[in-house]
Amino acid sequence: MGQLTHLERLEAESIHIMREVAAEAARPVMLYSIGKDSSVMLHLALKAFHPSPPPFPLLHVDTGWKFREMIAFRDQRARELGLELIVHRNEEGIAGGIGPISHGAGVHTDVMKTQALKQALDAHRFDAAFGGARRDEEKSRAKERIFSFRNAQHRWDPKNQRPELWDLYNGRVRDGESMRVFPLSNWTELDVWQYIHQEAIPVVPLYFAARRPIVERDGQLIMVDDERLPLAEGERPRPMKVRFRTLGCYPLTGAVESDAADVPGVIREMLNARTSERQGRLIDHDEAASMEKKKREGYF
Amino acid sequence: MAEPADIEAYLQQQAAMTTLRFLTCGSVDDGKSTLIGRLLFDAQLIFDDQLVALEADSKRHSTQGSELDFALLVDGLAAEREQGITIDVAYRYFATAKRKFVVADTPGHEQYTRNMASGASHSELAVILVDARKGVLTQTRRHSAIASLFGIRRFVLAVNKMDLVGYDQAVFSAIEAEYRAFAADLGDIAVTALPISAWKGDNVTGPSAAMPWHQGPALLPFLEEVVVEPSGGHGAFRLPVQWVNRPNLDFRGFTGTVAGGTVRPGDDVVALPSGVRSRVTRIVTYDGDLDCAETGQAVTLALADEIDVSRGDVLCHRAHPVQLSDQLAVHLLWMSEDDLIPGRQYRLKSATRTLDCVVTELKHAVNINTLETQAAKKLTLNEVGVANISLSERLAFDPFQDSAPMGGFILMDRRSNATVGVGTLDFSLRRADNVAWQALTIDKAHRAALKHQRPCVIWLTGLSGSGKSTIANLLEARLHDLHRHTYILDGDNVRHGLTRDLGFTEADRVENVRRIGETAKLMVDAGFITIAAFISPYRSERRMVRELLEEGEFIEVFVSTPLDVCEARDPKGLYQKARAGEIENFTGIDAEYQPPVRAELVLDTVAMNAEQNAETILDHLRGIGVLEV
Repeated sequence: MGQLTHLERLEAESIHIMREVAAEAARPVMLYSIGKDSSVMLHLALKAFHPSPPPFPLLHVDTGWKFREMIAFRDQRARELGLELIVHRNEEGIAGGIGPISHGAGVHTDVMKTQALKQALDAHRFDAAFGGARRDEEKSRAKERIFSFRNAQHRWDPKNQRPELWDLYNGRVRDGESMRVFPLSNWTELDVWQYIHQEAIPVVPLYFAARRPIVERDGQLIMVDDERLPLAEGERPRPMKVRFRTLGCYPLTGAVESDAADVPGVIREMLNARTSERQGRLIDHDEAASMEKKKREGYF
Repeated sequence: MAEPADIEAYLQQQAAMTTLRFLTCGSVDDGKSTLIGRLLFDAQLIFDDQLVALEADSKRHSTQGSELDFALLVDGLAAEREQGITIDVAYRYFATAKRKFVVADTPGHEQYTRNMASGASHSELAVILVDARKGVLTQTRRHSAIASLFGIRRFVLAVNKMDLVGYDQAVFSAIEAEYRAFAADLGDIAVTALPISAWKGDNVTGPSAAMPWHQGPALLPFLEEVVVEPSGGHGAFRLPVQWVNRPNLDFRGFTGTVAGGTVRPGDDVVALPSGVRSRVTRIVTYDGDLDCAETGQAVTLALADEIDVSRGDVLCHRAHPVQLSDQLAVHLLWMSEDDLIPGRQYRLKSATRTLDCVVTELKHAVNINTLETQAAKKLTLNEVGVANISLSERLAFDPFQDSAPMGGFILMDRRSNATVGVGTLDFSLRRADNVAWQALTIDKAHRAALKHQRPCVIWLTGLSGSGKSTIANLLEARLHDLHRHTYILDGDNVRHGLTRDLGFTEADRVENVRRIGETAKLMVDAGFITIAAFISPYRSERRMVRELLEEGEFIEVFVSTPLDVCEARDPKGLYQKARAGEIENFTGIDAEYQPPVRAELVLDTVAMNAEQNAETILDHLRGIGVLEV
């Protein structure tokens, strides 16, 4: 392996992982969250199975609060590539009016994201689901296996993970159990952007700086993407040149002021960054060890 | 990190960088996590928000007073932070101007040895930490032995906490000498010894003013420059086929990651174990065809001929084929709470092939702390052993010392699917090659035809006192009346001879059933209708016997008698003795019975008497054509 550069090595490893799943799982699916990591994962899937299309559908769990540009990008990519896209929404949650503003980040994420994801996996009886999570994002993710076993209730048991040796992945599950598979486990944020640059992978324009209508909430810059974000009396969104380091539900995703209008610009800013990318994610700040807790409950 | 003047130039320089994957290991307080935290901190790779969180965490959990506790940066699970120890392997990523690094931070406690092995299998180099005040400990030896067992050939001995021994060169030299003496037993490994203080930063990223006597580089500069040998040492081309790519009738490609060597269009290849030959016509990738594919690349090969190659086959050059064997000597690390039992069936995965596997003989256990061997009948969690294994089919492999990707394997439990063992394929026992099956003129069909019967095994399983022997005896008498050639294998009787040396532990029970299964198979081969009456408490062993025989030959009969009924009958007074504690491992009392899930027949001995039950079996034999109606 001495000859391969670090990106070649990461690419080959991810492709190997995807092919193992395609060969061993009965009903695999790729969780497509529309973000930059999903974009890289989708690109790797195109490579892994070329000249065949990826032998699994894409699944997007739509909380109803994603940025509009994300939804437009999602539909355009699926159409261009001719891939099967399953969009799942938690209809119960919608009927109950669950949202991040009315119910808070915790309830909204649990009902519209975690529960919705479990509904979709159960409904289609998927036994392996690819996710774009990386180990460098967060401490509990740093401990998670590439093939992460979930019981029939979709729960992760961090103290009882299957040992994972070499590239001998054990994806065997019984009825109702499943695997979450993370082909980008060993990628860093910088690797992802370098690869996007090298491969000219399309990403949602929200990652690049533009003037956007912004209000401040709890020290975070929140973009007013539609009329559902309540404004204080007399408050008016301020146009600011911002971009997003991660993308999620727009009321829960903080922007950063930026001039980076293209991928090299984003990389340049990242090299000087003094905060990690998840800092813009309001859901992680809820409580200590919050990501581990969410993951145990079935969150990706 | 300074802003690069030219981002494109920076990216080009980045694109050419290689990665070093290494692990850190050491005993509980040797400061592994502190060292990684220090590397990240000194390389300015800790973000402000992480630093703020670290300051808060340090106040809450730290053992280091009000100073920053770098260990809290890497111990990610709630339980680890509470207990202040590393339970699971964590992977960390950092880069310098020269190289990218992936660090596996592995736990030091003996009960997490399996997690350390996982980290070792993903690493090319091991940094072994030793506390300068304590010197080489049992754990130091264990970690080095495990790293070596799982293929690491490059070691750094980092003698840490030099600040606490007054930066004394004599202390360092003594520890280095002791370690080198031990490491000589680990085979062909290279050791570099460095005196450091992770806490103070001496010899971590730069030279230490406190130790001018140390001539070599500091740790990080060393890691930036060290050259590690690629795995797959003999350089022969190997491609384990992962997935057959057939988008349409005109294209058929074999996808996989090159596990060794290089391949070019025009190369003559053979797929093993199937043995079919062809020639590589194209190396297909999304980015266009390649002239050459090297170790580590994930590619798709198109071949000249329409040959039958599938997942699990290994493509190699005809001149340098892989070895084939179904009987191998292995090293094994056991990773499950349930003991490894010779004779029990597991699933083995090596490269892209999954086969049934039985450990036929446990040669010995290896004390991983001293490397001494000792006799063993089973392996428990975290134990290492040397064993012989038998596979359901021939496996294409290379010995692990020649190629980690072609010589490593995992074992999976057939029921829970858990990964229960990991090992290295050491060499073929060559029985598969040299002890060919002697082809005989007269076979099972001839013998059965002479007897005008269809041989089979009627396997009666159930608790002691359930009525197995009584029913078996009546059944044989009825078959004898019908002029059928029969033979009874009875639990008590075989223990007087065939399995006289075995007791009633789980391991011995498994071996007992294995021998009876093989005997039953010989009886069927001889043409007999064979009746076996054994408690045979474990599903996996009954399935093992079923799989020894051909489809339809194994008739599992569950003599279903409730425990309280058996105990009330107690024909041999055994339950009474077991209850009194005079007999150990008695099924139903202090040993488990696993009732069949899909038995061919279930007999109710409460509602029916033994004659009626024997008649039920005869009816079944008529129904499936063993007896004429």
